[in-house]
Amino acid sequence: MYVAVKGGERAIDNAHAWLAEERRGDPEVAELDVAQIREQLALAVNRVMTEGSLYDPDLAALAIKQSRGDLIEAIFLIRAYRTTLPRIGHSRPVETGVMACDRRVSATFKDVPGGQVLGATFDYTHRLLDFKLMAEGEVPEAAKADPRQEPTPHVTSFLNKEGLIQSEAQGEVSGEQTPPDLTREPLELPANRALRLQALTRGDEGFILSMAYSTQRGYGNSHAFVGELRIGRVAVEMDIPELGFAIEIGEVELTECETVNKFAGSKVEPPQFTRGYGLTFGQTERKAISMALVDRSLRSKELGVEVSNSPAHDEEFVLYHCDNIQATGFLEHIKLPHYVDFQSEMELVRKMRAEIAAGQAQDSAQEAAQ
Amino acid sequence: MSDYNFAYLDEQTKRMIRRAILKGIAVPGYQVPFASREMPMPYGWGTGGVQVSAACLMPEDTLKVIDQGADDTTNAVSIRKFFEKTAGIAVTEKTRAATVIQTRHRIPEEPLAEGQILVYQVPIPEPLRFLEPRETETRKMHALEEYGLMHVKLYEDIAKHGHIATSYAYPVKVEGRYVMDPSPIPKFDNPKMDMAAIQLFGAGREQRIYAVPPYTKVVSLDFEDHPFDPSKAEHPCDLCGAEHTYLDEVIVDDDGGRMFVCSDTDYCAERQALGHRGRLSPPETLAEEAAQ
Amino acid sequence: MTPLLSVKDVRKTYGGRIGCTDVSFDLYPGEVMGIVGESGSGKSTLLNCMAGHLPPDGGQVLFDTRTRGMVDTLTMSEPERRMLSRTDWAFVHQHARDGLRMGVSAGGNVGERLMAVGARHYGQIREQAVDWLGRVEIDEDRMDDPPSAFSGGMQQRLQIARNLVTGPRLVFMDEPTGGLDVSVQARLLDLLRGLVREMGLSAIIVTHDLAVVRLLADRLMVMKSGHVVETGLTDQVLDDPQHAYTQLLVSSVLQV
Repeated sequence: MYVAVKGGERAIDNAHAWLAEERRGDPEVAELDVAQIREQLALAVNRVMTEGSLYDPDLAALAIKQSRGDLIEAIFLIRAYRTTLPRIGHSRPVETGVMACDRRVSATFKDVPGGQVLGATFDYTHRLLDFKLMAEGEVPEAAKADPRQEPTPHVTSFLNKEGLIQSEAQGEVSGEQTPPDLTREPLELPANRALRLQALTRGDEGFILSMAYSTQRGYGNSHAFVGELRIGRVAVEMDIPELGFAIEIGEVELTECETVNKFAGSKVEPPQFTRGYGLTFGQTERKAISMALVDRSLRSKELGVEVSNSPAHDEEFVLYHCDNIQATGFLEHIKLPHYVDFQSEMELVRKMRAEIAAGQAQDSAQEAAQ
Repeated sequence: MSDYNFAYLDEQTKRMIRRAILKGIAVPGYQVPFASREMPMPYGWGTGGVQVSAACLMPEDTLKVIDQGADDTTNAVSIRKFFEKTAGIAVTEKTRAATVIQTRHRIPEEPLAEGQILVYQVPIPEPLRFLEPRETETRKMHALEEYGLMHVKLYEDIAKHGHIATSYAYPVKVEGRYVMDPSPIPKFDNPKMDMAAIQLFGAGREQRIYAVPPYTKVVSLDFEDHPFDPSKAEHPCDLCGAEHTYLDEVIVDDDGGRMFVCSDTDYCAERQALGHRGRLSPPETLAEEAAQ
Repeated sequence: MTPLLSVKDVRKTYGGRIGCTDVSFDLYPGEVMGIVGESGSGKSTLLNCMAGHLPPDGGQVLFDTRTRGMVDTLTMSEPERRMLSRTDWAFVHQHARDGLRMGVSAGGNVGERLMAVGARHYGQIREQAVDWLGRVEIDEDRMDDPPSAFSGGMQQRLQIARNLVTGPRLVFMDEPTGGLDVSVQARLLDLLRGLVREMGLSAIIVTHDLAVVRLLADRLMVMKSGHVVETGLTDQVLDDPQHAYTQLLVSSVLQV
């Protein structure tokens, strides 16, 4: 005896209760608090802030806790929260030239004003599991140096002085013109560079990484040097029209990467180096470097460089597929019921099979009759 | 949930969505780009429909949400709960009693009336997408009304299979101008789109809204000698005996035994309440017990 | 008689390099014009400028439209130009795959132009497709196969059928026999000559192969470094070339 399935509502309530229990894990084990995540899983927090487009380490840590460590889910939580916040205005462009650098490396010059600063990096660590961390792992204090007081000029600016690198169009600094905002306007193509960069910063780290990697392997050939990678804190300033001047509203940690590509020149441009740019929240250097490579690749057309059919040269392909929240949602929606569609497909297949069978029966009847 | 605005979205956003809806109604079948917001549910799970509903809902509205025709499927429950929580509006399972109906994959069996709004959840709004993946190109094709390729696809179906092999999301032409994807409803539902209610389509991930105003001509694409055929499974409903409704096929035992039941649960329940019976209806007494 | 197509001072440069310049001529209904020259002479640039595939830097390409008489196709609205290019104009590419939908059956390829202009009767579309496939010597039982299953010569014949099915008044051809075996070329040329005569087609054929124009073209235009260096009736130009470059071109072919 069949009674139409009911109880979707109860199933959802029960499932959510169970999920909460699973999230907590074994109650015998101490619960993580948000501060622990913020301090000890800082790189996860940084990624969530970058792709979630919200600089708030505590909320990002909360999202990671709530999502059981699923970072895409955590980014989703942050995005859904962010969208409910009012947009008050926009800051002045941050001045990364006066960044207090915790890390700053250039692959193009052995030494530069401001120096190479290795900083806290996994680079040159030997990837050996440290079993001491299985126990409590208090660490000795690291050596300290006095931070540099004066500004640290960008490495690419030295190339610029010689005219060896393409100069960037100067964007507005006055704060009068509202910069484009992907979260407030639908993406329309072709997109300008500001919009592309925004999409890439928000884009999935894995996707951007793979796109960047593909350009290195010859799909949209380009050979990039890391002109400079810097990580540190910068002040965020905002123009307050009532005051008539800008005030500092806070400080954020950023990773900035500028890549340099050789360009043989075109009919309108002399041979020179071209740039790619990446800017992300916190220490997220894999993402920032990948972003710079993909940025450069997407600029091929405007730089007058040959554009291939490679995915990384295709603005529409990259921008429409880089967002992991969109991708995850659409991918996972195929878990939802589709019985109506499936039913209509079944009917069609049955009908077509029946016709073929009828046709064959007719053929053999004719043969028999002959 | 007093932390959020009525129906979750802030008034600015609602205004922006309403503008897109009005534009959509003014140009039937045209896909209006809109700045889809990140909703607290995944893209592809009805974010477009939810935003359109949120922009339409007024405190005095009564909302019905269906998925696959049923009010009780998990995603329908989830969306209904979302609006109960964020808008505090009345909800119903009765098609007739609803002022706004959000749907995924079906049009209710009961004809809709003036004053009602049917909101469709749309995964891929572009009917030409699988013929031409580029948005820049498909927008041009719409603008220039270059729809020959759409018929090439139908031609190929007939040449290969003897039939137009599209059974859902069957493309339509709206008021003689725009070719439109009716969302993945079965083609059985296509003829219902000539209706008295307003039809709004929301695609959140793809950032598009489009609309069909009341009493607008909606024609399913076909050939003169291979006319559109809105057929469905040739069975009556095993619970209410209806011959004219779209059916779910349910496997009922390990031998693959099956039954067919109305996919529109409200419609089926109402018919049963009126005494209609199908092949596998429970005897009256059992039905009463089940109801208690 | 009004010309069907009137080209005036068409000019196209790439940066500082000349693609083609100072090109003017009239084409009359039923006339076939051949444009010859070595690769890089500007003949393909000119063809693409005339057909609306490349925007020229200057000049006019006037076409005798059905409704409005002589209209400059370069300043036409895009919808009008696209309509023209799927009704009264046709373009035969050198490589058939550039002009065909490789994933669509031969019948669908021929039927596309009909459907694009509103044909909605499957049976009639199919009938016309069968007819046209027959005229380009493709068996009816191959009509549901995709072009990818065809030989190079068949693909080229299919492309021609796909273009001619709507009865265009002007056909642009870009090296229609290039890349085909010599025996296949002969058959295709023969077919083209038949179609041109039978339908009274007007055509502009770009080629480096003098045999092609000898067989098909009424008039010739010889191009070198972006300039037209000689024009005249085909036989006259080929049998009594005046310009030194044309003499070289003709003699180099005769030696083969």
